[in-house]
Amino acid sequence: MKRQTMYLRMITSSLVRRRSRLLVALLAVAIGATILSGLVTIYYDVPRQLGQEFRSYGANLILVPAGDEPSIDRDTAQRAVDLIPKDEVVGIAPYRYETLKINEQPTVVAGTDLEGVQKASPYWFITGEWPTSSKSVLIGQEVADLIRLTPGSSLTLNGTGAEGQAVSANFTVSGIVQTGGTEEAFVFMALADLEAMMGDSGKLNVVECSISADQDDLDKIVKNISNNVEEVSPRLVKRVTESEGTVLTKLQALVYLVTVVVLLLTMICVATTMMAVVAERRKEIGLKKALGASNKSIVIEFLGEGLFFGALGGLLGSGLGFLFAQVVSMNVFTRAISFQPLLIPVTVVVSIAITGLACLLPVRSATDVDPAIVLRGE
Amino acid sequence: MNLLELKDISKIYGNVKALQDINLEVSQGEWLSIMGPSGSGKSTMMNIIGCMDKPSNGSVILDGADISKESARGLTDIRRDKIGLIFQQFHLISYLTALENVMVAQYYHSMPDEKEALEALDRVGLGERAKHLPSQLSGGEQQRVCIARALINYPMLILADEPTGNLDEANESIVLDIFKQMHADGRTIIVVTHDPEVALQAQRTVVLEHGKVARIINNEQDTGR
Ligand SMILES: Nc1ncnc2c1ncn2[C@@H]1O[C@H](COP(=O)(O)OP(=O)(O)OP(=O)(O)O)[C@@H](O)[C@H]1O
Ligand SMILES: [Mg+2]
Repeated sequence: MKRQTMYLRMITSSLVRRRSRLLVALLAVAIGATILSGLVTIYYDVPRQLGQEFRSYGANLILVPAGDEPSIDRDTAQRAVDLIPKDEVVGIAPYRYETLKINEQPTVVAGTDLEGVQKASPYWFITGEWPTSSKSVLIGQEVADLIRLTPGSSLTLNGTGAEGQAVSANFTVSGIVQTGGTEEAFVFMALADLEAMMGDSGKLNVVECSISADQDDLDKIVKNISNNVEEVSPRLVKRVTESEGTVLTKLQALVYLVTVVVLLLTMICVATTMMAVVAERRKEIGLKKALGASNKSIVIEFLGEGLFFGALGGLLGSGLGFLFAQVVSMNVFTRAISFQPLLIPVTVVVSIAITGLACLLPVRSATDVDPAIVLRGE
Repeated sequence: MNLLELKDISKIYGNVKALQDINLEVSQGEWLSIMGPSGSGKSTMMNIIGCMDKPSNGSVILDGADISKESARGLTDIRRDKIGLIFQQFHLISYLTALENVMVAQYYHSMPDEKEALEALDRVGLGERAKHLPSQLSGGEQQRVCIARALINYPMLILADEPTGNLDEANESIVLDIFKQMHADGRTIIVVTHDPEVALQAQRTVVLEHGKVARIINNEQDTGR
């Protein structure tokens, strides 16, 4: 029989047949590893989650005409939008604003891509429905209050067209929008409807973009657009991007701190358990020494038992940690978390390292046991 | 030829003189008993001969080499290679089977060899119980496992501290028979015992009192063997 085989037999027998205190250490390591892998999973997933969360608060980048130009050409805007990586785009909403009159009351009318608005500004609260056919409009809550309109009412818009001609058209109110912002004073319709009414097309006043990217990426996109499309001036919506950044930094610092504390506690628990194990097994250690075991053998055997538990605890913890992260994510973000396969070996290695470190002192004290105790019959 | 020589050995613990000026020679193949009242220094002497402790004074010559100046590590090597130990409380590892307990000694010595370990258990009549844990064995059986373990690496010197102290008469005679067999095989044996019957089996009996050799009895002469 090989010596390694006997070694494995010795340490596994000790673990299996003694059902020892080391189980406590296993539990400690497993819990530590669970927290570690869970928090690290959350740590890496939170920016993504939080990004998506913040995306529901509306656009974080807007494109406005550069210099004193009143509007952007539609093709120019498209060139700028094309510079945003496709997979990061959550929603794009182009707007053209015109001032028209409802019952002699001047009102801002916005022509837009209604589907794009739904994606870029998911927080809009609609009473009634989004317009699905042409000639139907969304009206802001203020407009609705002022003119006493409800979903299903019709309204007439009139004003001055692009060529100075008088224009007028009838629309159906499909829904009323509440946002808590200036949008409540506007009327929204499909861009094509507004262009048909005004008698010209291809002009936009602003393009709102909701992009799933962190501050650095956003800065890059802004730079890229300003360099390549001079007619457009891209601006970050600071209110949104900055709070996203601050929340992230604070959250990650917290996760980091908690992880370090948990690992320390795990280490202390493993160390005290190992101390107790060594004390409990003094006789066995003395006997092994009396049989001719070198200090090195004693150390290797105890470390072997400890590290075995470390690895097992790590493995257990990486699985439980994912579940833990999943539960947290479902509760906090109501979204599933993405699994990081790399985290399994990392958790196992960290668990082994932590147990190894925690075992150093207790194992050293094992080597101090005097073989003479076996004859003294202590 | 002498396998073991103790020259002016003393062992002092604080103000307790556990051993004082012990002189003793043990020849190759001899069976020696050590007797004496509790606290007379028997175990202390065994610890020194067994390389588990060092004398405060004097020298121990084992197999021609002075071991009293060895480092702890050197003592471990000598203990592993030359000494077989048998204890009153058996000291088996509780979570290993009888067979594995024997193999542990092989493991620390050189190579675990299951077949050889099984043969050793067979020789002490425990071939059938190889897969049992110590808790599943009687005291006498445990002691026989302990003996099989002590013999497995062919030590030149076997030290037994009260090997029959915890056994009933039936088991005592089984163990003594094994000792007789070991003696017949030419092993050198030193046995500490309180039991005159057991002591009488040896060729000589050393009686310790207050850490000193009170007298040495030649059993073969006295019994006319
Ligand atoms: N590590 C130690 N520290 C202090 N005193 C010790 C130590 N070991 C032994 N002694 C003392 O040395 C003396 C001899 O002890 P030893 O164990 O050798 O006696 P013994 O003859 O084996 O007794 P018993 O028959 O009870 O086993 C005793 O007085 C004991 O208290
Ligand atoms: Mg004693």
